[in-house]
Amino acid sequence: MSTQLKSETDKNFVGLRHIYKTFNLGSVNEVVLFTDFNLEIEKNQFVSVVGSNGSGKTTILNLLCGSIPVDSGSVFVNGREIGKLKEHERSRFIGRVFQDPSKGTCPELTILENMALADNKGSSFGLQLGVNKRRIDYYRTQLELLKLGLEDKLDLKVSSLSGGQRQALALLICTMTPLDLLILDEHTAALDPRSSETVMELTEHLVREKQLTTLMVTHNLKFAVNYGDRLIMMHRGNIVLDAGPEEKSSLQIRDLTEKFNEISIEDGN
Amino acid sequence: MDIVFGLIRNVLEEGFIYGIMAIGVYITYRVLDFPDLSVDGTFPLGACITAMLIAAGVNPWLACLIAFLCGGAAGCVTGLLHVKLRITDLLSGILVMTAMWSVNLVITNGSAVLPFYNKDTIFTSGPAALLTGDAKQYRIVLLGAVCCIVVKLIIDLYLRTKSGLLLRASGDNPQYVISLGKDPGTMKIVGLVIGNGCTALAGSILAQQSESANIQSGTGMVVMALASVIIGTSLLRKVKWIRATSAAVIGAILYKACLVIAMQLGLPTNFLKLLMAVLFTIALVSNNLFAGRRKKQNVNPTQI
Repeated sequence: MSTQLKSETDKNFVGLRHIYKTFNLGSVNEVVLFTDFNLEIEKNQFVSVVGSNGSGKTTILNLLCGSIPVDSGSVFVNGREIGKLKEHERSRFIGRVFQDPSKGTCPELTILENMALADNKGSSFGLQLGVNKRRIDYYRTQLELLKLGLEDKLDLKVSSLSGGQRQALALLICTMTPLDLLILDEHTAALDPRSSETVMELTEHLVREKQLTTLMVTHNLKFAVNYGDRLIMMHRGNIVLDAGPEEKSSLQIRDLTEKFNEISIEDGN
Repeated sequence: MDIVFGLIRNVLEEGFIYGIMAIGVYITYRVLDFPDLSVDGTFPLGACITAMLIAAGVNPWLACLIAFLCGGAAGCVTGLLHVKLRITDLLSGILVMTAMWSVNLVITNGSAVLPFYNKDTIFTSGPAALLTGDAKQYRIVLLGAVCCIVVKLIIDLYLRTKSGLLLRASGDNPQYVISLGKDPGTMKIVGLVIGNGCTALAGSILAQQSESANIQSGTGMVVMALASVIIGTSLLRKVKWIRATSAAVIGAILYKACLVIAMQLGLPTNFLKLLMAVLFTIALVSNNLFAGRRKKQNVNPTQI
C-alpha cells in the first residue's frame, strides 16, 4: 500500500487499520494471519479479492461484519470506528451476501414476506401488519429486475426456489435499503456457471445503480478480472497484488493465473 | 349413544384447554425450534396463581390474564438463561421447571392441592352464567372452545405482524435476522414469553374447570404438548387451508381422544404416563418418516 493513508475520521474512509489476528492462540494449530494489516477502500469502489485458501479473504469480511473479533486494530466504515458494535448492529449499514444461498433469505417464509421484512430494515418491528399491501407493486418491479419470473410467484415459499434464484433474491433483498458497504462472500461459488453469470451481472447492475462501496471475495478469477474497479490478491494474510482501475484494465486472466500459481507453489499446493 | 357423546364431550372439554398450551408450544417448538421443558413448570404455575387469586375473590378473567403474564415472566427467565448466559436450550428449560416447583409451593403456601370450590370461575360467572337448560352441560366445552379460538386468532394475527414475521425468521434463519440489524436472541425470548404465557393460561383455565389447582399437574405436560403439536402438524401438513395453530389444537384433541379411548378400553390409570410416552414416541417416529420424505423432495439445489 504505497498510497497516502487517509485520515481515519474522513467520512469516506472504509477499511481496516493495524489489524492483528491470530487463530487458535496457544495451541499447536496456532495461525498468525494478520500482523499490522491495512486495507483501505475508496467510497463507491467495487473491489474484488482473490487468493488461495487460508489467505485471509474471508477473515477480512468477518472482521468487517463483526462475525469474529479483532485481536487489536480498528475497523472503519465511513469514518466511524465500529469495532465495538455487535454483528447485528453493524448489519444496519453493512449488507452481506453469503456463499450459501439459504443464508440470505428465510426458506419458510414467502418471497413477499421476505421482501417485506427486508423493506422494514432499519425501522422497528412492531405490531403493524407485516406485509404492507401498498408496497407490493414496488416489490414486483424490483423482482422484475431479476428476470427470473419471480414477480408472479410472490406467495411462493423461498424454500422451493433454486439456488440461483435464491441468491439473486438474497442480493436484491440485501440492497433494498441504503448501505454503506456491501460484502459479497463468494456469493456465486455454490451456483452453476449459468446462474453465476446471471447473479454476477445482477451484482454489477445493482452496485453501479446504487453506487455501493463493495468488497467481493471470489475464487473465480474471470469474475475478478471482468468485474470491479480494483483487484486485490491475498496470500498468507498479506496483499501481494493490488491493481487499481488503470492497472486492472490491462490485467489479463493469464497474468493473474500465473501469479496465483506462483504463490500456490510456495504453499505446496 | 349417550356414552359416546359423553366421551366426546369429555375429550373436547380438556382437548380445547390443552389446545391453548399446544398453540404456545407450537411457537417455541415449531416456529423457534426450541424444545422448551419449562412448560412442565409454567402449567401448574398458571393453575396455582389462579387458585390463589380466585380464592382471594379476584375476577376469574383477570386471574387468567395474570396467569398468562406470570407464565410469560417464567418463559422470559428461560429465554434469558439461554440467550444471555448461553445455557443450552434443554438445560434452561429444566432449570426453570425445577425452580417453578418451589415457586408454585410458595404460591400455594406449601399445600400440594389448593381447592377453591363454589367461587366464581369463568365457567360459572359472566357470560357462562347466562347459559341455561341443555346448553349448561356444554358450557365447559363452549367456553374452552371460545378461549382456544380467541387465543388461536390472536396468535395467527401476531404471526402476520412485523414482529411475528421476525419471530418466524429467527427460528428459520437467525443469520437473516442478524442481517436485518436485529438480535435473534431477543426474538427467542419473545417467543418463549408467548409460549409459556399460553401454557400458564391453559393451566389457569384447567384449574378453574376442576375448581382446584394441583401442584403436580405439570408432570408430563411437555410430552403432551409436544406430541399434540407434532401429531397435529404432521397429520395436517398436506391440508393447506388449516393453519399450523389450528393443527396444534386438533393435535391436542386427537391426543386427548387417544388417552380417553385407552382408558375406556380398560387401561389401568397407573399406565397413563407410560401411554403418553409411547404416544409421543410414535408421533416423533412418524414425524421423522414424514420429514424424511419431505426432505428428499426439497433438497437444497446446492447439495445435489
